[in-house]
Amino acid sequence: MTTQGTLDAASRALLKRAAPGRAAFEDLVVVPVFAVIVALVLGALTMLATDVDLPTIGRSYVALLVGAVGSLNAISETLTAAIPLVLAGLGLALGFRAGLFNIGAEGQLLMGGIAAVIVGFSLPGLPFALLMPLCLLAGALVGALYASIAGWLRAATGAHEVISTIMLNLISYRLLDYILRLPTVQLSGRADPISKPVPLNAALPRLLDWIDPNLRLHAGVFLMLAAVAVVYWLLFRTKLGFEFRASGENPDAARYAGIRAGWVIVLAMAIAGALAGLAGASQVLGVLGRATPGFSAGIGFDAIAVALLGRSHPVGVLLAGLLFGALEAGGRQMQVDAGVSIDLIGIIQALIIVFIAAPLLVRAIFPWGFRRHGSEENRP
Amino acid sequence: MTVFQKTLTCGAVASALAIYTAGAALAFTACQVTDTGGIDDNSFNQTAWKGVEDAKAELGIEARFLESQAETDYEANINSLLGGQCDVIVTVGFLLGDATKAAAESNPEQKFSIVDYAYDPVVPNILGQVYATDEAAFLAGYLAAGMTKSGTLGTFGGINIPPVTIFMDGFVAGANYYNAQKGTSVTVLGWNPETREGLFTNNFESLDDGRAYAQNLYDEGADIVLPVAGPVGLGSAALADELGVDRLKIIGVDADLYLTDPDKKHVYLTSVTKRMDQTVYQVIQQAMDGTFAGGVIVGTLASGGVDLAPLHDFEDAVPAELKAELAAVRAGIIDGSIKVSGQ
Repeated sequence: MTTQGTLDAASRALLKRAAPGRAAFEDLVVVPVFAVIVALVLGALTMLATDVDLPTIGRSYVALLVGAVGSLNAISETLTAAIPLVLAGLGLALGFRAGLFNIGAEGQLLMGGIAAVIVGFSLPGLPFALLMPLCLLAGALVGALYASIAGWLRAATGAHEVISTIMLNLISYRLLDYILRLPTVQLSGRADPISKPVPLNAALPRLLDWIDPNLRLHAGVFLMLAAVAVVYWLLFRTKLGFEFRASGENPDAARYAGIRAGWVIVLAMAIAGALAGLAGASQVLGVLGRATPGFSAGIGFDAIAVALLGRSHPVGVLLAGLLFGALEAGGRQMQVDAGVSIDLIGIIQALIIVFIAAPLLVRAIFPWGFRRHGSEENRP
Repeated sequence: MTVFQKTLTCGAVASALAIYTAGAALAFTACQVTDTGGIDDNSFNQTAWKGVEDAKAELGIEARFLESQAETDYEANINSLLGGQCDVIVTVGFLLGDATKAAAESNPEQKFSIVDYAYDPVVPNILGQVYATDEAAFLAGYLAAGMTKSGTLGTFGGINIPPVTIFMDGFVAGANYYNAQKGTSVTVLGWNPETREGLFTNNFESLDDGRAYAQNLYDEGADIVLPVAGPVGLGSAALADELGVDRLKIIGVDADLYLTDPDKKHVYLTSVTKRMDQTVYQVIQQAMDGTFAGGVIVGTLASGGVDLAPLHDFEDAVPAELKAELAAVRAGIIDGSIKVSGQ
């Protein structure tokens, strides 16, 4: 009887240890999947409400799928759109893990991107093998420096990073306008703010242009995958990553354990900024070939959603970035084939975020999708 | 390419794709890529789209459009219209110039046309559409100089690019011509034709900017403002609506804003119309009847490609004398006796 009792207790303890794994799985996978489904359904209802007929709605969702994964070009576009989102999203996720809510990816991306462009056209004589990595490095470095300002302000003065990064974003817009009009940067013969083009030996090479010159997928995709692996390793396999996560979970406990909080803040911001800077660099070196005032295209803000949707896990961020890339590429096709406004894609993205942010709501809508924690734990 | 596509597009997706391409091949299809102002901007993109819509109604073509949400979309949007689904692709705006050229060069069989861009040398499969907008803006400057009570006019642009600044050049030149004729000293704030510097919002989207820039000009004494920034000007119109048209009037651009912005129609003294609808229609016609060739179509005051819109509500407020002078200036520009540009 007593042995039976201890065995029961032991198995219950084991179950309890296993339960968080299951809950984490539900949190990481089931909630986002349902969130996407609900968002698509509500998107359809939105279309209905704006006098779009049912066949068009059906056609638009088929077009969304076709445009996202239905052809080589679609896959290329999805990946191309995902690259900067994943890179910047990884940086933000790392910040979230360290307890920093960094809104500044947009500004860091702009600064990193323009740095990469400037290095690119300033040293056109260097060979590709040297110049391209140098441009990426410049992007990462300048992004890191720009983010460190907010990190340093937080560590030294306690200024909240949400406020300071938002302000730094605004500063970066004007700074970019200014830089783009410098005679050394501005394209000669143009009066509008536009930079000189990135030389070919600084550009991230396009990977599929031997099949079709319109395929835009570029070598940044390897950068993206490498960054996922590096951030995973950094967060979960290194002492620094442990310090980040410990500071994020409980800053007081981390400090008592001897983790230098200020150092962690500055370093986490710098790494986040480096990744955002890389995102900017990969955009200008791989897609655009030059810098203009709007080259960030809101990627720094979309990346916040990507990091949240990916639950601040590197693999989650990769999947979320791919989803957002797919929505962007598919949304374009949706507009072409069904004539549905591209704004709908924005609505669907926003709805996904709302449901991700409210997991309890998703659980309430789809009770059969989740294990009923309450009843199982209360079982005698 | 085909091997890849075969492996990647399977099942339902492939059949869906087949239905689309089959459906698209039936009729002549014209496709348009907008700039970041959007298809319903009441001015620039909307006017160009009207040309496609007119062709749809009168020539029975199919029409599609893609809105660019950011500058990064230009290339991607043009690319997604390639592949034979469009008989002609019309890109709208100077800023799409590089992306259009790149796409045209790698797809020599595809017909392109671009609003506000002329290529030198000519690209054989791009037909540019450019406008002598300064001719019409000159009339607007003359009219505004005759109507101002404060003696100060204002203008601002979206981005400092030729198709924008040509409005401002003409506007300033028209006001200066009025001064020379009448011995007045009406000044125009916001653009200096010599230094090529002026007021620019650096975007074609923000209505808030349109409001703030008009407010700044109003604070400096301007009582008639010409915003040359597509939908940005709607923000300026909102300010004029609040201040009252006695204190601030707006001159519309591209379309007759009195008609396209009916909520605020009373604030528009007139509009400098740039009939992109005419030239886009012309391009579609040429693409259909096989006369399409690379080069450029120029819209002038003489051809009706640019003009001053009717005065509508201000018909009675503008003195008959000023109207007569405007008609004379107009005739002078057309017969070449009045030069609108400084040179």
